[in-house]
Order: sequence, then C-alpha cells, then structure tokens
Amino acid sequence: MIPSPELVDVSRLQFATTALYHFLFVPLTLGLSFLLVIMESVYVMTGKEVYKDMTRFWGKLFGINFALGVTTGLTMEFQFGTNWAYYSHYVGDVFGAPLAIEGLMAFFLESTFVGLFFFGWDKLSKEKHLMVTFLVAVGSNLSALWILIANGWMQNPVGAEFNYHSMRMEMTSFTQLLFNPVAQVKFVHTVSAGYVTASMFVLGISAWYLLIGRDKGFAMRSIAIAAGFGLASALSVIVLGDESGYTAGEVQRVKLAAIEAEWHTQKAPAAITAIGFPNEATQHTDYAIKIPYLLGLIATRSVDEQITGITELREENETRIRDGMVAYAALEKLRAGDTSDATKAAFEKSKADLGYGLLLKRYTQNVTDATEDQIRMAARDTIPKVAPMFWTFRIMVAAGFMILFIFSASFYYVAKRTIAEKRWLLRLALYSIPLPWIAAEMGWIVAEYGRQPWTISGILPTSLSTSNLDPSSVYFSLAGFVGFYTLLLVAEMYLMFKYAHLGPQSLHTGQYGNA
Amino acid sequence: MIFDYETLKLIWWLFVGVLLVGFAITDGFDLGIGALLPFLGKNDNERRVIINSIGATWEGNQVWFVTAGGAIFAAWPIVYATAFSGFYIALMLTLFALFFRPVGFDYRSKVADPRWRSAWDWGLFAGGFVPALIFGVAFGNLLQGVPFSFDNDVRVTYTGSFWQLLNPFGLLVGVVSLSMLLMHGSIYLQIRTDGVIAERARRATRIAGAIFIACFIIAGVWIMNWIDGYHITSMLSANVESIPLDKSVEKVAGAWMNNYHSHPLLWLAPLLGIAGAVLAIVLSGAKKPIMSFISSSVMLTGVIFTAGIAMFPFIMPSSSDPRSSLTIWDSVSTHKTLQIMFWVVLVFLPIILAYTSWVYSVLRGKITVETIHANDHNSY
Repeated sequence: MIPSPELVDVSRLQFATTALYHFLFVPLTLGLSFLLVIMESVYVMTGKEVYKDMTRFWGKLFGINFALGVTTGLTMEFQFGTNWAYYSHYVGDVFGAPLAIEGLMAFFLESTFVGLFFFGWDKLSKEKHLMVTFLVAVGSNLSALWILIANGWMQNPVGAEFNYHSMRMEMTSFTQLLFNPVAQVKFVHTVSAGYVTASMFVLGISAWYLLIGRDKGFAMRSIAIAAGFGLASALSVIVLGDESGYTAGEVQRVKLAAIEAEWHTQKAPAAITAIGFPNEATQHTDYAIKIPYLLGLIATRSVDEQITGITELREENETRIRDGMVAYAALEKLRAGDTSDATKAAFEKSKADLGYGLLLKRYTQNVTDATEDQIRMAARDTIPKVAPMFWTFRIMVAAGFMILFIFSASFYYVAKRTIAEKRWLLRLALYSIPLPWIAAEMGWIVAEYGRQPWTISGILPTSLSTSNLDPSSVYFSLAGFVGFYTLLLVAEMYLMFKYAHLGPQSLHTGQYGNA
Repeated sequence: MIFDYETLKLIWWLFVGVLLVGFAITDGFDLGIGALLPFLGKNDNERRVIINSIGATWEGNQVWFVTAGGAIFAAWPIVYATAFSGFYIALMLTLFALFFRPVGFDYRSKVADPRWRSAWDWGLFAGGFVPALIFGVAFGNLLQGVPFSFDNDVRVTYTGSFWQLLNPFGLLVGVVSLSMLLMHGSIYLQIRTDGVIAERARRATRIAGAIFIACFIIAGVWIMNWIDGYHITSMLSANVESIPLDKSVEKVAGAWMNNYHSHPLLWLAPLLGIAGAVLAIVLSGAKKPIMSFISSSVMLTGVIFTAGIAMFPFIMPSSSDPRSSLTIWDSVSTHKTLQIMFWVVLVFLPIILAYTSWVYSVLRGKITVETIHANDHNSY
C-alpha cells in the first residue's frame, strides 16, 4: 500500500513548517557563538571590562534564541521516525549515522557547556571561561557539519548501494559520505550564512543604540566586531557558497536548470538570466535580461562545459524511468525468490535507475505496466516548478548583495571612525536585521523544494517516503506544532525586544543607562 | 573488523541500554524535579531554588535522550521507524511537553509578573510529568506486544490506536517509570538544596519510593503470570543480514521468564532495582543524599535491564503478526555501519562523561535563596 497523496502533502507541509521554523534560530546560534568567542577573547587579552559586558549582554540574547533552537531541534530529530518511517527504514543504515554522530560529538558538547557559559562566570578563571565559550561555538558548528553531511547525502547520495533482500540503501563507504562535495559546499555556505545573520543582528541593534544616543562605547565596539566579521562572512557566503555545488549529483543539475530557468541546453559558456518571468506553459522566460557567459563561468568554472537544460534533463529522466521499470521487474522476481544469475545480472545492470522506476508508483502500483502517458507524467514530475525556484533564488541573492553592501559600508566607516555620524547607514542596518533570515529561508526552499520529487535524489521518491499514518493524526500534530511554535515565538520575540531595548543596563553592572 | 556481526548486534543492544540508562540517570532527575516543582516549591523563591538546582546542567542531560534517539536511528533504523510512527500521538504529546523545558528554564525568571512565572512553572511540570509517564507506558506496551506488520516492501503498518496504549498494564508501567524518576529527582534535590525544600524532597523520596517498589513488584508478578511472551522458533543465522519477515515467532505464556530461568544470575537486575530503591530511601532518610543518589542510579539501571532482559532478543514484538516482531538480530543496520558507530561510541562516550563530570564539579554546591538573590539577574 502506498501513502495517499493527502498524507504525503500534509506530511511535507509539517516537515517544511517545522524545518523552516527551526532554521529561524539556528543561524543566530551558529554565528553569535563565534562572535561571543571573539568578544571574550578581546576581554581576556586586553582585560577591558566592556568586552566582558559585551560577551554577557549578547550572550543573554544568545540564550533566548538558543532555547528555541533546542526546542525546535528536538522535533527534527524525531520527525524522521514519526512521519517518514519508510524513509527511515530505506536509508537509516546511511542517514542515521551522521545524526547519531551529531549527538555524540557535537550536541553533547554544545549543550553541556552552554549552561557553564551562563553560570560559570564567577566559578572559572578568565581563560577557562573563554574555553567554555569556544567549546559552545565549536559544538554548535560541528553540529551543523553533521546535519549537513546528512542533508548533503539526500541531495547527492554517494557511498551507498541498494540491497534487494533488506529493501534498503546500505553504506558502502563512510569516507564518501563524509567528503561528499555537496555536503562540503553546503556546510561552508550554511555556517557562513549563520555568521552573517549574527553579525547583522549585532550590527543592527548596536546601530539603534547609536541612533538614540545611548551606550555609545559599548555599541561602537560591538559594531566594529560585527562589521569586520560580517564582511568576511558575507564574502564567504557569496564566493564559497555559490552555484558550484550544483553540478554534482542528479537533482543538483535539475535545481540549477530550474533556478536559472534554463529551458534548453545552451551553447557553452551559458548566459545567465538575471531577471525575467519564467512561463511554465510555454517553457520560455518572458522579458528575460541575459548576461552572456556568466552562468557557465559560475557553475562549471570553465568556458567549454555545458549546463544541461530542463527539456534535455526531462528527456534523460524519461529514459531512466524506462530503465527503472526494467530494474523494478527484476527486483520483483528477486523478491519472489528467483535469484538466478540472469535475474541478478539484469537487476545489477539497471538498479541505478530503480528510484526512477519507483516514481511510477504514484500512477500505477505495479510500475512495470505503466502506460506511455504515465511515463511522461512521471518524467514531468522530475522537474520542480520553475517559477518558485527562480524567484526564491533571486530574493536570496538580492538579500545577499544588500547585506554585503551594508557590511562593506559599515566596515569602511568604522575604519574611518565616522560611522556614528552616518545615520542613514545606522538606520539601514537596523531595518535590515530581517534580511539574513529571509535569505536563509529562501535558500532552504531552493535546496529542498528543488529536491522534489525525491527525498533521496534519484533513489527514493517523496511519495513513498512517509509513515503509514491516518492523515488526521498528522493534522493533529501539525496543529500542535503551529500552536506551540506561535506561542513560543511570541514569548521569544517579547523577550528579545525587551532585552534589546534594555541594552547592557540589563546586566546591572551600574555602568550603562539611558544617559 | 574485530567483531563478527552477531557480536556487534549484541554490543549494540548493550549500547542502547547504556544510553537509556544514561538518560534515566541524568535527564531522569530533571524530569522528576520538573514534575515536583509546583509541589515542593511553595513560593517564587523556593521555585527558583529548585529550578536553579538543575538550570545550568539540564540541557546537557537532555542530549542523552536525543542521542538515544539518534543511536536507535543509526543502529536499529527499522525500530526507529516502527516505534516512532506507531506510537505517533504518544510521541507528539511527549514532544509538546518537552517544548516547555528549554523555554521554561530560560524565560521564566526574565519577567517578574507572577502569572507569567506560574504559567511556566506548570509548563515545566508538564515537561517533566508527561514524558516520565509516557516512556513507561511505551515500555509497558512493548512488553505486551503491539499490533503492526510489514508488507513485501518492508513498509510497516501499525494498526493500534493511542487509547489502546493506555491499558491497565501499560499505565502500571507508566507509574513505575514516573515514580522512579520522581524519586530520583527528589534525591538529587537533596544534594543541591537544604532547609525546607530538602525536607520536602526527603518526604517525596519516601512516598515515590514506596509507590515505585509496590508497582515494580506488581508489574513483575503480572508479567510472570498473565502476560504472554514471545519466542523465536526459526530464524536465519544471527551472523547474516536479515529482515524481520525472515523468521517465525510464536506467542507463549511465560516466555518473558525464559532468560531468567536459563540464566539465574540475571535475577540480579530486578534485585538491584528493588534493593537500590530501598537503600536510596534509607540513605535519604539518613541525610546521605549522594549515597542515596548512587543507590537510585543503581535502581534505574536495574529496572531498565530487567525489562530489556525479559524481552531479549526482542525489541518490539508484534501482537498482530508475530513474525514481524523486531529483534536485535533482524532489525539492525549493516555490519559496516554497526562497526563504524561502535568506534564512534567507544571514543566519544568517555569524552562526554569526562567533560560532563568536570562541568558538574565546577557547578557543585548548594543553591539557596541567598545565592539566587546574590545573582538575581543571571539566575533562572
């Protein structure tokens, strides 16, 4: 029995909601932890109390954010089992390992030391406390590494093979899983985005203190650190996290074509469509403004490599679906007990395309009896809708360049020691605080919506991955998540605003105030 | 590979047991203290003392729970899939209850309004009470077998409902788990506090301890006499990779006692469960809370292994299709994955224990109303 479309849709909705929500808190944790390390290092080296106060004040905001990161992270750890049971069985042998290692190597470290960060100020020497802060930062960033190794494998499933007896993917190479190029690019891109988020957060709030003429020394020093760290990170997000990751792996090629609305393969080096209106019906981008050569250069780092277009990818995938039907027929025979060499050989020959055959399950339970129409529909399913990919990507990039501009300008005026007079920039920094969050959420939509129709690229279709649940159970849990998360977000925002508003006087050191 | 597949399968049964014990000993007292919070703390000051006795360390403790989940995913993927999707509503309720803790601890004392604080206090209560109860209910149902089966694609379908989990035996084991964690939590509180709170905690230890001992014995007698166990009648070699459907299983009255009959030494586990509890109550009364805590940790270890040994090699028996039952032989990851994860655990578990102990030693000492007030703006 395969899951009903309604169940698949509501399960996807729940995962998307809880994952996007979780990622409201993750980037700030990733980045702020390292900013705290920088601030506290300056304190330890110079002995100036203001840097300790900075560490403690931004640390307070870190804690408010961290609590919700943990809360929403719990959901992520258990949701694969609760809602994606077939997925968990099918790939658990590979996918479970990085998640377990994340717990043992990273989450333990981060969570054990985070309490000591808050409560250890009077119990530890300066150096030891700095080490604790550092371990929190290392833990949270290692945590991102292992999660992105798991996620990278969903995009580009290397180092694994299907076993027809156990009906699952099994690990053949742990090192391939570890050094998956997609995971590497994703890790750098994601943690850098976290550093950008935290820098923008510190920069924006500090800019506000300057705008209202409060806590100037505290704010100026915070801005200096945030501008420098933010500029370096923003460059890293853009340069290291660009589309170079999109050439490896089946689904990644589809994503690239959809993001760029490349309806047909162009002659290398491909032009990039800066802006335009992708039209699904005519398979054409209306009013496109193109920049020659740029896409080829960015994506392939060469002038002669082609980037496959949507039409050609769909045709390729149709061939693979037909081969997948052969694989499925052989699998059926194997499962029925015919393990003759001929059947095994037939399966081995086509098994790389088994996942493509499974795409037909949506249309016909038997797969092997699919009609031409059904094959065409399944091939069409392999390409996500172009317009959402095209636009979310462009919003992300636009936000990214805006952020880069703000950090560059801030860095420049910090160096010239005139930033306090540039009220336009301070105001811009304040109102731009949401930008990194928008960029990050858009980025995840590109990455994960772009992965459809797969949970594991080329291996396991989303339509088969869910648990066998009554949709009403999932509606119940989805309602619970939305309700709880909304309440918690209200409480979180209330406290964030309250403490950001109070500023460093909330530390009660007697040195700060509204003067 | 230094271990053959069969040995590694056994080792992983032990590892999961160790992680569950680690969870019960560490986060167990956080859950227990959360559930006791509104009753042992009569005013805001007292409640802050209680919260701060675990405020700095509970976060690390909770990772035992997360890691146990992750380790089950990595080592027993099909168990992770079946148990979590089968117990869907129960797990969601647990998750929702656990949501109250991270925010409860961190947000509660950041606003002075008594309604705000009281709301989070009851949130922390739910965050301790509900999981402590539901974990036991889940175990109680595993012991009875739960209805699920696999089809030819190895896709699991669970046919029971949430309400069926709340049967008398399931609830009894729920009370066992709740009372032992309440007891464990109240003992930890005696280490970290003094005065009236420690006094109330001592009384809680006595009451919860008595309930635990009674319910644990009743549950044992119940299993011996009225609960059918499961027994593998044929299977592939334990040294090859297999799936649940490769074996045959029968339901037999008294089968959960087989391991105890064939290896009488295993009676040590339930014995430690009871002796640990008795000793913990006595030592708590004698105002030796640290010794009492060690005893209650022994109790937790004994109780968890009592259930594990009774069911061994079963993890999750199926009442509706016994051959679909999940056992340690046919619900595991490949030899390769088990091997890799074995080394990961072997390397990181000692490191975790080392730095956790260091953090506890830095933060040791009694929490009192005075220490809270001296540090009013940084305490929880």
